[in-house]
Amino acid sequence: MLKLNINGKIHDVDADADTPLLWVLREWVGLTGTKYGCGIAQCGACTVHIDGVATRSCSLPAGSVGAAKVVTIEGLSPDGLSHPVQVAWAQLDVPQCGYCQSGQIMAAASLLREKPRPTEAEVADAITNICRCGTYQRVKAAIDTAAALSAASPATGKA
Amino acid sequence: MSQAMQLNRRFFLTAAAAAGGALSVNWTIPQAAAQGAAAGAEVNIWAVIHPDDTVVVRIARSEMGQGTLTGLAQLVADELDADWRYVKTEYVAPEANHANKRAWGDMSTGGSRGIRASVDYVRKGGATARAMLIQAAAAKWGVPAAECTASLSIVAHTSTGRRLRYGELAAEAAKLPAPADVKVKAPAEWKLIGRGVKRLDTADKLSGKLVYAIDVQLPGMLNAAVAQCPVFGGKLKSFDAAKIAGLKGVRKVVQIDDSTIAVVADKWYQAKTALAALPVVWDEGPNATVNSAQIDALLKTGLDAKEASLGQKQGDFAAAYTAAPKKFEAVYGTQFQNHATLEPMNCTAKWDNGAIEIWVGSQNGDASLAAASEAAGVKLDQVKVHKHHLGGGFGRRGQQDYVRQAVIVAKQFPGTPVKLIWSREEDMQHGFYRPITQCKLSAGFDAQGNVTALHARLSGQSILAHLAPQRMVNGVDPVAFQGWTAEEFGYQGIPNLLVDHAVRNTHVPVGFWRGVNTNQNAIFMECFVDELAHAAGKDPVEFRRALMTKNPKQLAVMNAAAEKAGWGTPLPKGVFRGIAQNTGFGSYTAAVAEVSVTPKGELKIHRIVCSSDCGYVVNPEQVAMQIEGSFVYGLSSVLSSKITIDKGRVQQGNFDDYEVMRLAAMPKVETVLVPSGGFWGGVGEPTIAVAGPAVLNAIFAATGKRIRSLPLGPNDLRSA
Ligand code: FES
Ligand code: FES
Repeated sequence: MLKLNINGKIHDVDADADTPLLWVLREWVGLTGTKYGCGIAQCGACTVHIDGVATRSCSLPAGSVGAAKVVTIEGLSPDGLSHPVQVAWAQLDVPQCGYCQSGQIMAAASLLREKPRPTEAEVADAITNICRCGTYQRVKAAIDTAAALSAASPATGKA
Repeated sequence: MSQAMQLNRRFFLTAAAAAGGALSVNWTIPQAAAQGAAAGAEVNIWAVIHPDDTVVVRIARSEMGQGTLTGLAQLVADELDADWRYVKTEYVAPEANHANKRAWGDMSTGGSRGIRASVDYVRKGGATARAMLIQAAAAKWGVPAAECTASLSIVAHTSTGRRLRYGELAAEAAKLPAPADVKVKAPAEWKLIGRGVKRLDTADKLSGKLVYAIDVQLPGMLNAAVAQCPVFGGKLKSFDAAKIAGLKGVRKVVQIDDSTIAVVADKWYQAKTALAALPVVWDEGPNATVNSAQIDALLKTGLDAKEASLGQKQGDFAAAYTAAPKKFEAVYGTQFQNHATLEPMNCTAKWDNGAIEIWVGSQNGDASLAAASEAAGVKLDQVKVHKHHLGGGFGRRGQQDYVRQAVIVAKQFPGTPVKLIWSREEDMQHGFYRPITQCKLSAGFDAQGNVTALHARLSGQSILAHLAPQRMVNGVDPVAFQGWTAEEFGYQGIPNLLVDHAVRNTHVPVGFWRGVNTNQNAIFMECFVDELAHAAGKDPVEFRRALMTKNPKQLAVMNAAAEKAGWGTPLPKGVFRGIAQNTGFGSYTAAVAEVSVTPKGELKIHRIVCSSDCGYVVNPEQVAMQIEGSFVYGLSSVLSSKITIDKGRVQQGNFDDYEVMRLAAMPKVETVLVPSGGFWGGVGEPTIAVAGPAVLNAIFAATGKRIRSLPLGPNDLRSA
């Protein structure tokens, strides 16, 4: 039995310790906002926050998470839309098919938490998530927008 | 009578009751027959209007990121004069479409046809519903309908100032006969068409709430992982199910067909792990030694082969070429490409008492219905299809292989839903790849440096021969000539032209890949024309202009890109431009790329200016998004990704060796829309064709290197 702190709630999960966190989230806990794209830490569709740090959950054994706080796209903001990154994403209509977007948003949120005003190079370094629809131009612009939003009202910038 | 049929009947009766008998006269479809319906009045099959004025527009095509759902809603809502703030959408269920003689038209979503092929009837649907709402109001007021107007979901009687909301009128309107000849608006009257409204389906993509097919969760659901013979054409010889029988969660090993096996377990991760541990012996069959070098050599035989199917012929190429004082020749080649949608192939199916129900992301609801019916061995009216948004399609999800597999597995578990998911590796190695193609181009110049003769000999695999041989025309695959046809070819100024195709099929499955053959054909055409310009010592844009005088639309679009990009004006040191133009999927496109290349061969694409004339623009913002995305998809295939074959199988397995463009490489893409009106062109695919050649031509300008074998190799651009 694993004990996991996911989106502020403790879950007892009857999965083997070496099951990747991605599949524990999706199949044992029922949180499907975190996506499977490659399973080998290449695409970033499965990105979640582990104690605030963007982490590719497909390559992280659930047993190694311990007491760390896991936040998934479902837990990024109370209503699913009000985190500055989500607000910016909505303003710029970023998603196309949307399948990579949970991961893009989680990666961007973690980047902005670490670097509130990232340079273009820092964004390119941090956001290596694959988008086959090709939303990168809007992802870049929306990160700038989110940074500006957070700077304007820092209180909404946490989560 | 089976239980499912009783259910269906009860379903229809309750639905009819819920709709308060407010069914349209011409279509006897209870509104709940479409998915996600709530209590509202079905004014006609396209529009359900609720008492609170919410307008639900029915969508028959699939949404896979291309924005068609929003565009179609705009078309209906504009003609309906609906208040856009309260417009929602719902998918039409494929079984409802079938039961009603395809009242909603073609559900297939490919070839950039989602909007342009629906335009006539969805606009008419919106306009008809509007006329019925007006008629209902007029009847209530006892005035002629002609004295009433509609706007923003309100009908008004102009002279008396009386007003009724659509929500108040819908139930009455739904009872009226649909008027026959309703006129649609003239472009000058459009309010929503042409506006860059935001997508209707974004919020759930930001919160993680959108349920793609892969996210479906049903009570008691099992999961299946699947393995197909790694060599195309090979077969399953044996497997040892006992070896994994004791593994946690494992329920059963199911042989799906003679080349496919699945492990079913409680969770997909358990199924996948068990499948990896399952001893399987394949009979790899006759293709087990085929490799890419052999395939390349096979295609090469087509370049000079006597026999080839004809695409286009003007004048007399052979005579003109023989007579030409100056000749020029080049051979180009492109490799197989995989769609690699980010959501891997998957489908959930439930077999219950002779009926089959599936949950799927499909580019063709009708085809999914048919595939499930065939695989289950039941009639079409015993199938139910839940359409989900697709996590990418790009042509891959027009095929129904994964649907059939899910149905066959589910039949082994009556009453229990089974979700079948392909691993990324399975998805990479069992696609319907963009066909491998080579092209030999020969051109003749006269003494003044004018091109007098051009021959393009394509050699490669035929998509239709593989997927739809019945659509071949006298042995010719018309798809192979995309961009080279008389209607599309932009250089009608070349008097002697010959385009032909030597079909060289391999054992590798091929299919429609976003942009289809315009991808490779535009590279061949536009890089070669660029070569000719340089050979003639002329500016690439000037050179093209001279050949395009008979193609005013193409010319205007190319000029628009050149102008916006500042063609001919100075650039920062080390930055160079390239241009390309193409016509495809009913639209005219062009692009200018600005690139730099370091001595070590590192390429940077600084800027892309892409112009498009798609006739009428439904939503300029969505068009811009499609253009931006098309460069990512197109440039991936030119700069890094390829599918190669060794020992009969695909060598790539995942995104570590099938490399696709990421954010760091993303150039700035500027969209220039020059809609000339009068036609409805495609949007999702056309511009992908110019992505590659514009960049390749800029690379030539920067380095003097002509890259003719694509994608680019790691050292192709190194100068030392
Ligand atoms: S699924 Fe984890 S990085 Fe792709
Ligand atoms: S939006 Fe489709 S993969 Fe990114």
